[in-house]
Amino acid sequence: MSDTLTLNPARSASATGPKSAAHRRAVRQRRLNWIAVHSLGIAAALFFLLPFVFLFLTSLMSDNQTLSANVWPQHWVWSNYVNVFKVPGFTDWWKNSIEYSVIGTVLTVVSSVPAAYALAKFRFPGRRAAMMAVISMMMLPPQVIIVPMYLLWTNQLHLTGTIWPLVIPMAFGDAFSIFLLRQFLLTIPKEYLDAAKVDGCGEWTTLRRVVLPMIKPAVSAVALFQFFYCWNDFFGPQIYLAQNPNAWTVSYGLQTFHSAHHTDWNLTMAATLLVMAPVIIVFFFAQKAFIEGVTLTGVKG
Amino acid sequence: MSSTTAETGLSPTPPRARAGKTPVAPALRRKHRRELRTALAFLSPWLIGFAIFFAYPLISTVYFSFMHYDGYNPPNFVGGKNWTYVLTQNPYFWTAMRNTLWLVVVMVTLRVIFGLGIGMLITKIKTGAGFFRTAFYLPYLAPPVAATIGFAFLLNPGTGPVNHLLGQLGLPQPGWFNDPNWSKPSLVLLALWGIGDLMVIFMAALLDVPTEQYEAASLDGAGPFQRFRYVTLPNIMPIIMFAVVTGVIQTLQYYTQAMVAGQVASGTLSGSGQNYFPGYPGGSTWTVPQLVYNLGFQSNDDIGSACVVSLVLFVLAMAFTSLLMRRRAGLMGDD
Repeated sequence: MSDTLTLNPARSASATGPKSAAHRRAVRQRRLNWIAVHSLGIAAALFFLLPFVFLFLTSLMSDNQTLSANVWPQHWVWSNYVNVFKVPGFTDWWKNSIEYSVIGTVLTVVSSVPAAYALAKFRFPGRRAAMMAVISMMMLPPQVIIVPMYLLWTNQLHLTGTIWPLVIPMAFGDAFSIFLLRQFLLTIPKEYLDAAKVDGCGEWTTLRRVVLPMIKPAVSAVALFQFFYCWNDFFGPQIYLAQNPNAWTVSYGLQTFHSAHHTDWNLTMAATLLVMAPVIIVFFFAQKAFIEGVTLTGVKG
Repeated sequence: MSSTTAETGLSPTPPRARAGKTPVAPALRRKHRRELRTALAFLSPWLIGFAIFFAYPLISTVYFSFMHYDGYNPPNFVGGKNWTYVLTQNPYFWTAMRNTLWLVVVMVTLRVIFGLGIGMLITKIKTGAGFFRTAFYLPYLAPPVAATIGFAFLLNPGTGPVNHLLGQLGLPQPGWFNDPNWSKPSLVLLALWGIGDLMVIFMAALLDVPTEQYEAASLDGAGPFQRFRYVTLPNIMPIIMFAVVTGVIQTLQYYTQAMVAGQVASGTLSGSGQNYFPGYPGGSTWTVPQLVYNLGFQSNDDIGSACVVSLVLFVLAMAFTSLLMRRRAGLMGDD
């Protein structure tokens, strides 16, 4: 920090004498800081990573070792990861989860981009009210409206036990996605859009040809968020899919999995890690877009 | 098109000069009307969604809160009976309210402090920054059900590795998810493990603080604590506010982890079917959203009372949302 003193020419000129001592002190201080910061970092990393390590080690133990005191597997039972798929329904749950996540993500992106564009770039009366409605929807706990929604899907439309009650609403725009896309669209200078219009593009063409390529990072962030949301969703499947075990998703099935195999912690842990895996793999491939997206939710504006 | 031009062009009335607003020229007004039409076209899917999946069920919830309805027989009007039942007789409502408010206060406070701490730490780390950032972030990605089952295993009082370790170190071994006094703190621990979202938000905010301000403060002889108090905090205050309010709203919805932790820890589901009693242990993990589920779907199909609890939740969430919109104009963008 004392380096900054040299920014002041008068000081640095007059302080050439004691500078070397001060410099040495500064170097030592910096080194101590480095050690302190990185020790804290390692402690924190252990807190965040050790649970994964324990779960992984347990998932490789034999049936009767999981409840014993040692944390290291006596035999590495890799076959747990094969046997877990022999549990009735487990394979179907994967299929259903992938279906829910892919359809849900596509519908959300397609329906949210135009709405976000209109809210960010058009001036029209009621624009502010519309934005407040989006934020209210975003903040609404799903449990507030779940009873009438369930009655609608089960009594009127007879679609409970299928994924449709979960994905059809996503075809009508998702409030959080609209909000996030709009925040990003606000940062795009109006001149680009005006230029497109001068070239004779209509609003749709402007959106497709000019805007969409520019908001790719936000679109991929929204797609990732939505994919994770669908994959992790527990409440939705519990309400709409519970009646039909063939339609369960992994996130919902996992909890019953444990209850049916409560002593087999090894299989439960293998299943748990497998359910985490797709999300983590997707994250590693799209880390940058994802971090940018999270930042966007909080910092812009 | 031509008729509107004629009409507005010939109109001798002076432009309506509203206080402080520049008069709108006819051409501009026409442009506005066209923009409104396009905006409606772009917004129409969302507007339909808003009506079907927000406005309709919300009104419907208010309607059912005054009805006796079991989902099968036609609903009949009972006045405020559901309201008095929930607020004065239901044995779990105030327990759930207390638990949810406890979680809102403790979980949000600790998450913001911890998130800020981890965010500051990650901005200071120079060596292996990429590794640390990923490590700190990873747990946030774990699906809630999976993370909760994992923690229920790790924190199992009898057989879990955490208590084995604590025992070997001669430290007390809490009952974690099986002890009414420890179950909520255990949920807080789980929430702190998944701090990744706040870490990233705070990290970005901290990197946005102008370095000149730190330099100026240092020149004035400010120590690290004073720099934090007088430079860092004021600069990131909007983000802290944002984290607090969104945290409160998220915690009002707190559901999955509380329910799964109770189920796994109680172990009553296993073999014997649906014996699990919500809020295990001792009602300590009842939350308001769980009560909605329990009243409406689980125990006696008392849809009227479930809707009353829903509306209590709605009022709480909207109170905090309006706070968010008022306190932070940034959320609304460029207006």
